Amino acid sequence: MTYPSRFFCLCDPGQVMRPVMCTRREKSSYTPPPAKYGGRHTVTLIPGDGIGPELLNHAQELFRFCCVPVDFEVVNVDSSLTSEDEINNAVTAIRRNGVALKGNIETNHNLPPSHKSRNNLLRTSLDLYANVMHCQTLPGVQTRHKDIDIIIIRENTEGEYSSLEHENVPGVVESLKIITRVNSLRIAEYAFRQAREKGRRRVTAVHKANIMKLGDGLFLQCCKEVAAGYPDITFDNMIVDNTTMQLVSKPQQFDVMVMPNLYGNVVSNVCAGLVGGPGLVPGANYGKDYAVFETATRNTGKSIANKNIANPTATLLASCLMLDHLGLHDYASMIRKAILRTLSETRLHTADLGGQGTTSEVVQSIMKEVQKGGPLTSEKI
Amino acid sequence: VSRIKCQIIFYCICFAFQMQTVTIIPGDGIGPEISTSVIKIFEAAKVPIQWEERNVTAIKGPGGKWMIPPEAKESMDKSKIGLKGPLKTPIAAGHPSMNLLLRKTFDLYANVRPCVSIEGYKTPYTDVDLVTIRENTEGEYSGIEHVIVDGVVQSIKLITEEASRRIAEYAFEYARNNQRNSVTAVHKANIMRMSDGLFLRKCREVAENFKDVKFTEMYLDTVCLNMVQDPTQFDVLVMPNLYGDILSDLCAGLIGGLGVTPSGNIGANGVAIFESVHGTAPDIAGMDLANPTALLLSAVMMLRHMGLHGHAKKIETACFDTIRDKKVLTKDLGGNSKCSEFTAEICRRVQDLD
Repeated sequence: MTYPSRFFCLCDPGQVMRPVMCTRREKSSYTPPPAKYGGRHTVTLIPGDGIGPELLNHAQELFRFCCVPVDFEVVNVDSSLTSEDEINNAVTAIRRNGVALKGNIETNHNLPPSHKSRNNLLRTSLDLYANVMHCQTLPGVQTRHKDIDIIIIRENTEGEYSSLEHENVPGVVESLKIITRVNSLRIAEYAFRQAREKGRRRVTAVHKANIMKLGDGLFLQCCKEVAAGYPDITFDNMIVDNTTMQLVSKPQQFDVMVMPNLYGNVVSNVCAGLVGGPGLVPGANYGKDYAVFETATRNTGKSIANKNIANPTATLLASCLMLDHLGLHDYASMIRKAILRTLSETRLHTADLGGQGTTSEVVQSIMKEVQKGGPLTSEKI
Repeated sequence: VSRIKCQIIFYCICFAFQMQTVTIIPGDGIGPEISTSVIKIFEAAKVPIQWEERNVTAIKGPGGKWMIPPEAKESMDKSKIGLKGPLKTPIAAGHPSMNLLLRKTFDLYANVRPCVSIEGYKTPYTDVDLVTIRENTEGEYSGIEHVIVDGVVQSIKLITEEASRRIAEYAFEYARNNQRNSVTAVHKANIMRMSDGLFLRKCREVAENFKDVKFTEMYLDTVCLNMVQDPTQFDVLVMPNLYGDILSDLCAGLIGGLGVTPSGNIGANGVAIFESVHGTAPDIAGMDLANPTALLLSAVMMLRHMGLHGHAKKIETACFDTIRDKKVLTKDLGGNSKCSEFTAEICRRVQDLD
């Protein structure tokens, strides 16, 4: 692995030693290669707040037990500090490693607007434009609706989350929702590509273009344009309020859904609730060069932190998604199978699923299941 | 002279019986038939209401601006209470939707939707009993959009102190008057710090004056997540326009859809218009197949608003009993009776309850 010579003047032994010019490089567009040293990957780990640290500890424990060739670089982000240094360090670490696993960082919404959401800053700095969530009915979990299998693709960087607000006149606040052609085309393209790769038949765009004619109208138009290039996939659209109504009565009708940021927030939380709650669904944020994995509904779970009652399923499934992204498919399926087998054991269900199991019991059971499956031999890897 | 005498006697009788006038707007499609059903049921229940039928198809006013017909406006201003059926939204007719015009004309700032599970109409959710109160004039639906440069669009979400305070006050008063225990403000202030922050601040200020009602705040995503898992934890929800639109339809879906959900719009100056929120269903219009439940429940809401609780309870009980019995149900509720049969059954029960 070679470093470009502009980083070190010391590479060329024939040259006179000059002071290393590690001056202020602008937020560089250069992306370092994914760290893969000696066959092991390095992944940034951001514990976050609430149940994040304990669940990510379990994830690390599980990886160590399964001998997964992944090393974690832990970067702590203290949500109570007002300076943005810590989150910037985290962003740099992710740029270096390419992949991250994170817990949710709490945002105190009583602080002034200058204190932005750390999670949002991370997503926009790394341009993680696609948030993907796969909601499936899981075995062993009691829900009101069965046979749900929906992929939700949500635009992750613009829309209502642009954090552009101002108060021109006292008592009147304007908040800007930005929709751009470039980002809408990008997310639509991503959605259709995913649908094709995963053999899905239908993509539904969720919008409110009857009211927000220009903004959501542009989004819808971009989706239609991209759809024209995928004649094998059916494209339709639905207004967001009708979508939520349909989701609670007949969620089986949906296949792949693509939408702007805020509607994505609503729809993904509704779908997570339909399949069993926030403790079960993993989420992934993909950009062109980086990927960050976390729970789909991004909860801090402050009230259940450090009580050993949180459901580790979502976090552990997110780590499996990460393993798939790194190309370690065998490890990913081994761990995933073990998690799903444990989930079907009702007596191990945690409080959110109506049971009385503890987090550590669930993790122990997963490890036992992994052990039952036998070691991953070199032929399998 | 005799005509004047008759009129005087008529008004005296009305005054004696405390007859209140209500403007009824039948609407389009199935509107007229379900309005007729409601009028019949009210007659059977001997409700002291005098109906004044009006049409609200937009006309161009003297200044070139679209407005509702002056007779309709006059009637509403006098009676203050209205009942509206579904209105057709015209495409390429040149004028905005009538719902929008009504909202602007009477400053209907609060949209109230009580969602109660209907026994007998099975949905995966039972025991739902909550009310969504949505700010109806500003927020994301201000309609202010610009194309900054080609390919970049900006939509403005407007939150004002005045509107937020007004809706919060209405929500707490509603909770107090209807014996509800708590009000939850739904927001996304972690992301939209200033706008939803302002909304939240106003709610908190108003909560100070209503110590008998519990006040909580919850993020929109958490509400959605919890709503589909356990809707019984919610009571009264107050929120800005867009969240209200999404959540009120979500809650309607929990109890069975727009065909059974009542809705009321409260305006400034004491005006209130109650409506059914479903569409005009042109495919079944005029065939006596429509389900009048949504408009009927909205009318019951109207009776409660007017203080006629006894009549409201009677009609509501008759309606729910009919649905629970499952003998006479319209097609969308799972039966195969006609609208007139369903109406007659409810009338019969109302008279039996007397």
